[in-house]
Amino acid sequence: MLTPRFENRLFDPAEALPRDALRALQARRLAQVVERVSRVPLYREALAASGVSASSVRSPDDVRRLPFTVKDDLRRTYPLGLLAVPRAEVARIHGSSGTTGKPTFVAYTRGDLETWSGLCARFLVAGGLRPEHTVHIAFGYGLFTGGFGLHYGVERVGAAVVPAAGGNTPRQVQLIQDLQADVLVCTPSYALHIGEVANAQGIGPDRIPLRYGHFGGEPWTEELRGEIERALGIAAFNNYGLSEVIGPGVSGECLHRRGMHISEDHFLVECVDPDTLEPVEDGEVGELVFTTLTKEAMPVLRYRTRDLASLDRSPCPCGRTGTRMSRVRGRSDDMIIVRGVNVFPSQVEEALLRAEGTAPHYLIEVSRPGALDEVAVKVEVRPADFKDEMRQMVELRDRIDREIHAVTGVRMTVELVAPNTLERSAGKARRVIDYRKPPG
Amino acid sequence: MKIRQLSLFLENRPGQLRAPCKILGDAGIDVLTMSLADTQQFGILRLVVEDTDRARQVLEAAGVVVNVTEMLAVDVPDHPGGLAQVLEGFEKADLGVEYMYPYGRGGAATLLFRVEDPDRAERILAEHGVRLVPSAELYARAAR
Repeated sequence: MLTPRFENRLFDPAEALPRDALRALQARRLAQVVERVSRVPLYREALAASGVSASSVRSPDDVRRLPFTVKDDLRRTYPLGLLAVPRAEVARIHGSSGTTGKPTFVAYTRGDLETWSGLCARFLVAGGLRPEHTVHIAFGYGLFTGGFGLHYGVERVGAAVVPAAGGNTPRQVQLIQDLQADVLVCTPSYALHIGEVANAQGIGPDRIPLRYGHFGGEPWTEELRGEIERALGIAAFNNYGLSEVIGPGVSGECLHRRGMHISEDHFLVECVDPDTLEPVEDGEVGELVFTTLTKEAMPVLRYRTRDLASLDRSPCPCGRTGTRMSRVRGRSDDMIIVRGVNVFPSQVEEALLRAEGTAPHYLIEVSRPGALDEVAVKVEVRPADFKDEMRQMVELRDRIDREIHAVTGVRMTVELVAPNTLERSAGKARRVIDYRKPPG
Repeated sequence: MKIRQLSLFLENRPGQLRAPCKILGDAGIDVLTMSLADTQQFGILRLVVEDTDRARQVLEAAGVVVNVTEMLAVDVPDHPGGLAQVLEGFEKADLGVEYMYPYGRGGAATLLFRVEDPDRAERILAEHGVRLVPSAELYARAAR
């Protein structure tokens, strides 16, 4: 890791709130959020069933008496059934990243947008952003929370934004050079791709003006951090967030880069065993669960992220008191993230059903031969679908290809394979093999 | 008068061609002719054997995907322009050829044709001067 050369600076004094003051604040805010969600039918019923009322919440530990929220709750209440404010107070709507199957939406009030940009500003400043800098944002701008979340965070710090958005990498390299960007914001795999494209054009790290990078939206590794830093000549910082909780800004690294400080004055974090839902010890990997403490439009109680990580509550030399979470080490469900887009094997299955009528056996193989993810879907040919004519077989493959793209939003390489050649273990087919390096 | 053909789905990796050949060999089934069509990712192996049903049975029992289709066998005059002459008959009969491959037994220059509508082809090719070789005759040539 390159050592960042900047002074430690807080964006918000709340980042260094003493732990006891933080706990008192969390208790107050937790009672408020229980009050707020009682306007949401789903929560009103769940809270009544568990006998919890706002007045009975006295400590942040009382969160364990609250019901969990899962992604499916958002789907079942599509589009905005978890809204806790009148529709007129909604100022912005974002959606879960990428997928075109059935998106889930999240809403923000004017106040939520203020909170959110402040939270993004925190990790940006913790990772070296200063008002005099120029920031190149190569995240997609749209329903995805990455682009707009970081955009307003950078503005909040007072720095200049270049909203480059995604695509056309050679042009991105040109913009970074010509506009003298100091900071790059995008997914880590795209950062490496930009670096590789620049290097291939003979533009080495010494000719790239960038100094820092803030990357998120997908899990990555220390090894990838090293590669990005060498290719671009920058210090790379990790940040974390998800739309259901707020988007980017849930946590981010400081200059010591030993885990991401969670903004605990806004989010109560738990780390639980995904099977028993009981808390795991600090340092042990479990599923992260967040309760929003300040969100107005769409607060969530104990949202199960499905992201596996560990917590570190030891003091950090930077002075921030927020608990640090490790890199995301995996998922407690079968979701994979491909080029920043969330993909579930069930979506591929849905595409196969549409293309053929019934779902044959399939295997999704994810790899990263260069900087970007590649996905191959192996599909077993059923005897009934096998035709003597090559043209018909190629059409079958193209049809599957189109349906997968339509359902997942991701291009995958479809390979037809012979029946009974894909591995079946204990009767249950293995659906995904991920050859990318696991985050370590 | 049609010739039955077995089409086999093959993945494009080493050993895929040998496996069905071994299965047929072990069952004592003689392959009279074959042709391989391939793309980057998969191939289709087309075979003609005398006992199509038994070949299909042993192949399917071994997990091979098999499809049976009908072909037309035509003796082509073995001189320059011979094939063009035969194809002229196809053209007059308004028949599209999907693919074709040779049948290399018994001295004659015989070609197997896959056409869009083998039943119609069988009916009208003779009217346009194309004689089809019946399967019994074809198999007998192999035994010679």
